[in-house]
Amino acid sequence: MRILEGKKVVKHFGGLAAVHNVDFVINQGEVVGLIGPNGAGKTTLFNLISGALSVNSGVISFKDEEISGLKPHQICRKGVARTFQSVKIFPHIPVLGNVLLGSMFGKPSGMSSAAAAREANKLLDFVGLSAVKSTPAKDLTLANQKRLEVARALATKPKLLLLDELIAGLNPTETAEAMELVKKIRGKGITIIMIEHVMKAIMSICDRIMVLHHGEKIAEGTPKEITTSKKVIEVYLGE
Amino acid sequence: MNIVSVISHRSFLLGLLGLILVLLATLPLFRASTYTLLLLTAIFMYIVLTVSWVIFSGPTGYISLAPAAFFGVGIYTAAVLGKVLPLPVVIGIGALASFCLALLVGALTLRLRGIYFAIFTFGLVVLIQQVLLWWEIVKTHTRGRFVIVVDNTTIYYVMLVILVLLLLTAYSIRRSKYGLALQSIGEDEEAAAHTGINVTALKTITFAMSAFFVGAAGAIMATKWTYIDPYIAFNPLFSFMPVLMAIFGGMGQFFGPVLGAVIFAYLEEVLITKFPYYYMLIFGLILVIVMLYLPGGLAGLVQKWWKGGLERRNANT
Repeated sequence: MRILEGKKVVKHFGGLAAVHNVDFVINQGEVVGLIGPNGAGKTTLFNLISGALSVNSGVISFKDEEISGLKPHQICRKGVARTFQSVKIFPHIPVLGNVLLGSMFGKPSGMSSAAAAREANKLLDFVGLSAVKSTPAKDLTLANQKRLEVARALATKPKLLLLDELIAGLNPTETAEAMELVKKIRGKGITIIMIEHVMKAIMSICDRIMVLHHGEKIAEGTPKEITTSKKVIEVYLGE
Repeated sequence: MNIVSVISHRSFLLGLLGLILVLLATLPLFRASTYTLLLLTAIFMYIVLTVSWVIFSGPTGYISLAPAAFFGVGIYTAAVLGKVLPLPVVIGIGALASFCLALLVGALTLRLRGIYFAIFTFGLVVLIQQVLLWWEIVKTHTRGRFVIVVDNTTIYYVMLVILVLLLLTAYSIRRSKYGLALQSIGEDEEAAAHTGINVTALKTITFAMSAFFVGAAGAIMATKWTYIDPYIAFNPLFSFMPVLMAIFGGMGQFFGPVLGAVIFAYLEEVLITKFPYYYMLIFGLILVIVMLYLPGGLAGLVQKWWKGGLERRNANT
């Protein structure tokens, strides 16, 4: 069953086609990797899905309902959550407060503050941040800030989670932990699209991979198909 | 700090606040001098201006210089309607008119950030002032208007009521989930929007709520001044004072802006009567010193003492 679909999605910045005529389908329960060289339009595509940017043309629909044109908070409440390439946490708000905001505002219907607090605490347990829940978010390590961002996104009860370079800047141990976290999230039945540059990580975890280059989708398939695709190798290594 | 001491501090503070409120509410009964009432009314006015400014600008970091516009709208409401409608209705209309103006302005301009928003809001003050001036001269052929006079005790009480309502509102917003959401907007607006917060609506409504109280304060203050014109009503000083007082008091704590407004207003009064020639100079010096040495404002200083005291007490036990 498809959960997210894009048809001829286009985004221009002046004369630059950041995303050009991209079609995609994401199925329920999948983990999809989105790769491509720098400037390929990966983050722009995330911004279009989450509503941070609006499409120039084309349609993006979530659960067969058009979401292109909606505001970020509306898209979030429909069940699409995201993290950011450069972490965007609320630096002076304690860790628990960061997550609470997600559980209090990110869902279609409101909930009591006691229930929200219970849920936020459970999520902090889930990502392993319970010990630092009253610390201001800015005092966390980068790895923990990224976990916090994930917890905040999960607090909005997403059906689809967009992870933008979750493991960039992490050391090998932290990377392994982050990958474990992604597997745990998938275990909850949440569909994931992740942008990543570390091939090993993405190959091991993704069911399917899409490759963007100069704003266009040049390949799509299982990790194995992608690693052997001539076109992809050309893009990454040159002819 | 253990739970018992936290609770006893809270009940102590509540008791203290209650006592202050009772004292202020019964003050006119003890034949307080007119001077005392006027001074307190002025202090109340400054607290209202400052705290309502902080409701919006404190957590979001959007520096608004619009208070003078909302204050002026309240003042002109009283000038135009004061002769035909009863006082409470006039104040209500003044507050609502400011509220609506802020909704409109907010919806149009809250996408501007930083200095652009500050400049726009200041432009609003000047714009309304000049349009009104043109209107008065061309259409009504007089520059100013007389405002129906209300006795000092009534003004005092009305101001006190506005102040108490405002403090209750500000406190509940700060404690609610919306207080946290406003802070998150100040820290990272994009992330706030992606966390499901309707940032535009929340900013606009909070901005309008802060204007509501400023408008009410303007409507009652106008009755004290008896004569107003666009320059008096839309005096840019009323835009700058709340910002100064809030920073002077410190915005980290709820009581900071209140403290700032009280001391600022009282200081101004003392300096202007005792040192009429040097008042601005001394005033400026004090401000500079506070900015340089007390980044958390007066509230930061008080908190340091408070914490220091607690630690000492705990160390003794």
